[in-house]
Amino acid sequence: MSAAAGTRPSQAGASWRRLLRDQPIIPLVGLLAVLVVLSELARRGIVSPGWAGTILQAAVPLAILAGCQTLAMLTGGIDLSVGAVASMAGFVVATFIHNQGLEAGLAVALVAATLVGLMNGIGVGVFRVHPLIMTLGMSLVVLGLANAWQILTLQTFTGVAEELRTLGSGRSFEVLPNSLVVFVPVVALILLGLRRTGFGRLLYAVGDNPIAARLSGARSWQVLVVLYVISALLAAIAGFLISGLTNVASVNLAETYVLPSVAAAVIGGTSIMGGRGGYSGTIVGALILTVLSSLLSSLGYPEAVRQILFGAIIVAVAAAYTRVTGET
Amino acid sequence: MSTAVGPIEDARGRPADALVQWARRNGWSVSLLGFFALLLVFTKLIQPNYGVAGIQGLAISVLPLALAAAAQAVVVISGGLDLSIGSMMALTSVVAAVLMKGQPEEFGIAVVIGVLLLGLVLGAINGSLVVVTRVPDIIVTLAMGFVWAGCALLVIKTPGGAATKWLKDLVLGSLGVEWIPKAAIALIIVVAIVWIPVRRSNLGLSIYAIGSNRLAAFRSGVPVGRTKIAAYVLTGLFSALAGLSLTASTGIGTPVPGPYTLLSVAAVVLGGVSLAGGRGGVFGPIVAVLILSLIRTDMTFLSLDTNLAIVVQGMILIGVVMVGSFIQLRRTRA
Repeated sequence: MSAAAGTRPSQAGASWRRLLRDQPIIPLVGLLAVLVVLSELARRGIVSPGWAGTILQAAVPLAILAGCQTLAMLTGGIDLSVGAVASMAGFVVATFIHNQGLEAGLAVALVAATLVGLMNGIGVGVFRVHPLIMTLGMSLVVLGLANAWQILTLQTFTGVAEELRTLGSGRSFEVLPNSLVVFVPVVALILLGLRRTGFGRLLYAVGDNPIAARLSGARSWQVLVVLYVISALLAAIAGFLISGLTNVASVNLAETYVLPSVAAAVIGGTSIMGGRGGYSGTIVGALILTVLSSLLSSLGYPEAVRQILFGAIIVAVAAAYTRVTGET
Repeated sequence: MSTAVGPIEDARGRPADALVQWARRNGWSVSLLGFFALLLVFTKLIQPNYGVAGIQGLAISVLPLALAAAAQAVVVISGGLDLSIGSMMALTSVVAAVLMKGQPEEFGIAVVIGVLLLGLVLGAINGSLVVVTRVPDIIVTLAMGFVWAGCALLVIKTPGGAATKWLKDLVLGSLGVEWIPKAAIALIIVVAIVWIPVRRSNLGLSIYAIGSNRLAAFRSGVPVGRTKIAAYVLTGLFSALAGLSLTASTGIGTPVPGPYTLLSVAAVVLGGVSLAGGRGGVFGPIVAVLILSLIRTDMTFLSLDTNLAIVVQGMILIGVVMVGSFIQLRRTRA
């Protein structure tokens, strides 16, 4: 396919394809710019530092959850338990702050998330359960346990911690959300981890060609266990931010983020077949989805139209990627 | 040659042997059915009052999910996966409910036919997109799930509409003997009418063929793309039936998709359909749905927290798949 693309008569088309294949980030940023311009045209004066701050604030948790999907998708997997883990994390902290304090709550939530990630990783890596089934099953387990926990702790429930609210919904200089304090290190870790460390290379290797990875000495089950633990920890962090952002702690708070997080990773150019993609595209994908949904709501379109457009865009973008990369 | 044919004719001649053969081929489904029977006995033991009303309630409450599981089973057998089943159910259910509201009973028949056609169209769109764009099934159907759910919200914003009386009568109540719920009869008839002819036709064979080995199927002359679309069309049809059963059993249409998509995946896996495709049927998943639902009921009877029922469902799902793939691993190593 790549050879065929080079011999196409249309030179412009060929170079466009190559750009989308090798540097998807450039057209994605272009698309983001177009959406921002459209937002401004739709309602004059809406694009302001305050608006940018709101967008960033809403995009940060989505981008972190989409990071979980990106890492999982690089190995040819998917992590559908991020919604349940994120909700659980936010909820556990809320039930702990009254008696045991914030630190204890954070610690318990992170330990619980680690356990979930460990189970996911062992299931996928050691027992070769399909990642979709494994993470789906774990999300049911987590949701049920969180519900049971909710009934046990109904009396002591107090609310979202002040610190998390500041972190999730506060902003400095109008434009910079406080959640960047968490987000920037996360981004740096993922980007550097994928590009500069052996673990990052192993993720691509396991996803691109599992047999070749095994023959060259990679222990894929270890890679997968570590991957799903990291994914669950990231989901828990996103859960803290979401509960701070919405000032709500409920056991299915982050469920609505699951499908958009997959969408953001797909739009960002990560292939669900594994081995292709990266985190920078995913971040832009999360921004695109956030700007798009704000644009649609400012145009007065109902939720329904937003969902239909979301779906259509995902199919269109994924189809475009499949065409230019020649994957089947 | 004649010696080779002999035993087969023999087996056909004696019904008992044929039954044994059938049981061997459907081992997983039969053991599921056995487990279901044990579970019923267990239910009766812990709750002596469990009887007609319980069976009735079970049949009505599992009907939508059982049809959703059948829908998922067809597409999984063909080697795909449909994550838009819940949304298709919501869309077909609200369309039926809105069109039936305030209309005469006879008009309801036209609505049912129209909704079933709608299901075929939805499935055809899903399937065509998968085949034409060559994007993985998961992504396409995930995205189309958004689209169909959005369409359902466009039809009606809040739960509403109505179901004609005859449609409700089709699933509520019992037939003759009070132990036989109409919902169960409806389920059996609908699945038999749609699935058995397909299973016995060339199309059915092709669906299994592209599921078990796409390339081999292609080389033996199976039109892979068209068969895949046909599998999605069948899934759309079953989803529309599931949507209609939702409207019939609740009397209204709800535009927000229920938890049916993910539960249908769970039921399909428990029902012995391989996610890799090419193996299983629609019978196993339906029994799996019954088991999952009855476990939930039992946990309420044991006055356990119903939330733990979800935990148990998740663990059963993981456990079954883990054991299955562990046996597979051992076999390939040996």
